[in-house]
Amino acid sequence: MSGKFNIDNIAQLARLKLTDAEKERLGGHLEQIIEYIDQLNRLDTEDVEPTSHVLPIHNVFREDEVSQSGATPDYLTGSPSHQKGHYEVPKII
Amino acid sequence: MRYEVVIGLEVHAQLKTQSKIFCSCPTEFGRPANENTCPICLGMPGVLPVLNKKALHLAMRACLATHCRIAPRNRFARKNYFYPDLPKGYQISQYELPLGLEGHINILINGTKKRIRLTRIHMEEDAGKLIHGENLGSPGHSYVDFNRTGVPLIEIVSEPDLRSAEEAREYLTQLKAILDYSEVSDCNMEEGSLRCDANISLRPVGQKALGTRTELKNLNSFRFVQRAIEYEVERQTQILEQGDQVIQETRLYDSTKGITFSMRSKEEAHDYRYFPEPDLVPVVVDNEWIEKIRKTLPELPEQKRERFVGEYDIPEYDAGVLTTSRAMANYYEECVSLHNEPKIISNWIMGELLRELKNNQHSIETCPVKPEGLISLLKLIDEGTINAKMGKTVFEDMYRTGKPAKAIVKEEGLTQIIDSSVIESLVDQVLESNPEQVEQYKGGKEKVFGFLVGQIMKESKGQANPSLVNKLLKERIS
Repeated sequence: MSGKFNIDNIAQLARLKLTDAEKERLGGHLEQIIEYIDQLNRLDTEDVEPTSHVLPIHNVFREDEVSQSGATPDYLTGSPSHQKGHYEVPKII
Repeated sequence: MRYEVVIGLEVHAQLKTQSKIFCSCPTEFGRPANENTCPICLGMPGVLPVLNKKALHLAMRACLATHCRIAPRNRFARKNYFYPDLPKGYQISQYELPLGLEGHINILINGTKKRIRLTRIHMEEDAGKLIHGENLGSPGHSYVDFNRTGVPLIEIVSEPDLRSAEEAREYLTQLKAILDYSEVSDCNMEEGSLRCDANISLRPVGQKALGTRTELKNLNSFRFVQRAIEYEVERQTQILEQGDQVIQETRLYDSTKGITFSMRSKEEAHDYRYFPEPDLVPVVVDNEWIEKIRKTLPELPEQKRERFVGEYDIPEYDAGVLTTSRAMANYYEECVSLHNEPKIISNWIMGELLRELKNNQHSIETCPVKPEGLISLLKLIDEGTINAKMGKTVFEDMYRTGKPAKAIVKEEGLTQIIDSSVIESLVDQVLESNPEQVEQYKGGKEKVFGFLVGQIMKESKGQANPSLVNKLLKERIS
């Protein structure tokens, strides 16, 4: 178990049920990722401009115009369960 | 021990656009469930959200109208959590680089101006609507309507500068007026286009550090905001006075019981794992753009309020009430332009008109008595055809039937009695039937005079000219 993260907590946030073997294996992967980030953090980036997006573009917009896909029923019928136009899910409250 | 109440509000306002924030689905309210959805807002794999330019413009207007600084560079982030109203498993919001920062709104509390600072204003998409059981199928299930999913919102976060439920209500009233004037949002609480969460804590008077806070959700009217806060302050006071600790938690307001209760959801310490949204490129705003938008802003409530006080010489309180919505302010100004009696008009609007609107659940836009109608009534009073008291009855009839004032006065035979001989005989009649009171008055009990005037007015069915009654009674009795 890494001192930097709690694999059970991360699995819970992602709603994943992991076996002990998977925890062992994925925990190792995560540890390597964090190790790599730490390595990046050690670099001197004093004079490097921060990257806010991998693409060198900004301000891509669409106009406020309506168009309807009209494909709703397909999504609804493709869902595991639905009722009177609504998606049915396990009781929340 | 005495405690100070500390409140911060988070307000979500729906931006007035035709289409959603990242796709072309309509934002129209009241459509059949899941009809306003598409692969983008349903979070299907491989789709690409693109920012609605109008939504950005409206959000910028909100920032400028609340004195926020607009960040030259802002971007979206993913807020990750699982809940059935969130089809993607994350909400696209803004996190470390929001659009607007460090604004403020001025509120009036007992005639004193108080500045409430804003921490930030950011853009985000709304989630879907969950329906629990209710006539849809089994009570053991919940049902999801994604029509709201992806509707553009701004979240306006205040600093913890509010000190009472009343201040919170006043802040909301002002904020709503600003969003209404600047045409950013419809602010319709019933349709959910304005929603409010409140963070509340107490601390001993004089202490700097903030106490433990609770977050109140589900406050869907200004009245509920005020009541829920009042309840919560009382609840926390009792806890602290018993020497116990307030638990940091989210609580819901139950408006029928008038109480707040813990959501008790398994909130394993919120961990939203925000990260920059890779599907959307950053938004860069330069000064030229900001100034262009600033120029399109209309006169805002605070400016209008100050102008009303100066131009019409009415009290600040009146000006505040009359400027709570653009439509109300327009109504008032139209009246004044027809009849230059600013204070009398203000009294009628704040008294009779607002009362009728409230009783009939109308807004000023749907008010059956238009400015011309109200003014023709006020002119009848001015000319002495009817007195003010009769005017109020006529106004109620106008409101109910939509008939003009003159027609009602004629139909009901409601002209004011200004014939001295008629009033004199009424005076005599009343003096005769109340000898005891007359004696009291003559013995120095001046209050009885008012009673006698009342009796005479009653005899005349409210139609006597009151100042003439006063004059003639005084002549006769002294």
